[in-house]
Amino acid sequence: MLTNAEIMQTVDMLDHQKLDIRTITMGVSLRDCADPNPTRCAQKIYDKICRCAERLVPVGCAIEAELGIPIVNKRISVTPIALVAESCRTDSYVPFAQAMDQAARVCGVNFIGGFSALVHKGMTHGDETLIESIPEALAVTNAVCSSVNVATTRAGINMDAVQRMGQIIKRTAELTADADGIGCAKLVVFANAVEDNPFMAGAFHGVGEPESVINVGVSGPGVVRHALEAVRGRPFDEVAETIKRTAFRITRIGQLVAQEAASRLGVPYGIVDLSLAPTPAVGDSVARILEEMGLETCGTHGTTAALALLNDAVKKGGVMASGHVGGLSGAFIPVSEDEGMIAAARCGTLTLQKLEAMTCVCSVGLDMIAVPGDTSAETISAIIADEAAIGVVNNKTTAVRLIPAPGKKTGDEVSFGGLLGTAPVMPVLTPSAADFIARGGRIPAPLHSLRN
Amino acid sequence: MRVIVTVYGLDRVGIIYGVCKLLAEANVNILDISQTVMQEFFTMTMLADMSGATKELVKLREQLNELGKEIGVTIRIQSEDIFTAMHTV
Repeated sequence: MLTNAEIMQTVDMLDHQKLDIRTITMGVSLRDCADPNPTRCAQKIYDKICRCAERLVPVGCAIEAELGIPIVNKRISVTPIALVAESCRTDSYVPFAQAMDQAARVCGVNFIGGFSALVHKGMTHGDETLIESIPEALAVTNAVCSSVNVATTRAGINMDAVQRMGQIIKRTAELTADADGIGCAKLVVFANAVEDNPFMAGAFHGVGEPESVINVGVSGPGVVRHALEAVRGRPFDEVAETIKRTAFRITRIGQLVAQEAASRLGVPYGIVDLSLAPTPAVGDSVARILEEMGLETCGTHGTTAALALLNDAVKKGGVMASGHVGGLSGAFIPVSEDEGMIAAARCGTLTLQKLEAMTCVCSVGLDMIAVPGDTSAETISAIIADEAAIGVVNNKTTAVRLIPAPGKKTGDEVSFGGLLGTAPVMPVLTPSAADFIARGGRIPAPLHSLRN
Repeated sequence: MRVIVTVYGLDRVGIIYGVCKLLAEANVNILDISQTVMQEFFTMTMLADMSGATKELVKLREQLNELGKEIGVTIRIQSEDIFTAMHTV
């Protein structure tokens, strides 16, 4: 039997601590859409997405209404387009991005992920064509998100792809220069990308996934921070316990929503992603959780330890609450999408170097960071290589979503609006890594990849 | 479907009456009510059965929201499932 206090605790989380479900993401396989004729292939892609996902938004809204919890985003992820489009006789995959964009509009979702390629060991012609198409694809579409996996623990780091992605990011920023390079906010470079990630911009429907699947991403930084206020000054054992209990409660809601959505849509339930995903709204910040632990400003000494504890406790609490945990599952630290991170970056305490250290102990990586517009492609590639190395050696997912904001310099601000937020332009180191990046080839997989 | 109605805000005359009247008009059967007042702050939780309801949940929520604005309290109506999921293992 529920007690009054329990009911009011949930209501308080919803009304005052910004508890929400961040996303219901429907994965859709497009493997049956391949066709040598590009027009027919694009049509098949459009038709399949619309057919599978037409009820996603109405069902999501109905669950939202019944449970009384906001489900902020309803989204779609598809099979990496490089695989689907590879057999087409064409030198541009932009029309496929447009087909995805149109399908997203018809289905009423705000983002669709999967304009992607997996090139951690090398590139096929299809992968090359897709990567070359990314800047234009992101400039002429609104909802399409793109990702490229350039490294895995098993394969090492494809430095040719790393080199190319530095140039692609620069070109994407140039083509969307009138909107501060917003195209780059929809482009993620991964190491150890996961196949069932529900969060954008990095979501795609992996090749080991079923025909269609429902994955749910939870949120709740505000709830965790509020819970920690009750243990101010107490030892870390109590901090960890408090986070675990809170993560359990948040994840239970994610599990409920995932099961309901899957059953109503008649597709399998895939995973719940335990990530703590912030938004630019006050009271919905991961940085503020770290500060609640006793740090004056996020990014100061102690931040990495605080984040490691948070990330671990969220997983331990969440894993008991859900039948299948997957995706990225950890704390996100996207600078422009987190009110506390924005403040810490503005005052100079949170630097790129500290963020890199933080990515060793949390989910994903250097995320939504604006850098000066004149940052060279080689420097961006070198940043990607560093992040990929962290992911490959530590057997975890890492990612880079950098925005070299055209015409902007350190201290300026870029604003993307909505959930993408506002980012102060952060300085990068200026000594060149050009000769390092020019080498190309592959950085071999680490010894501990040989686990058989 | 069983729902939980929660009301919180400054206490005044007629809060429970107003909520119950709306629920009765929609043929929603109240199963359990619990209320407290602490330093003029009113909270009420109510378990109700909507299986014979003549109104959709969304419509009922709209009416309860309007009532809440009128009498200066916050009123929520949600499926019981969200609370059970969160608080029971």
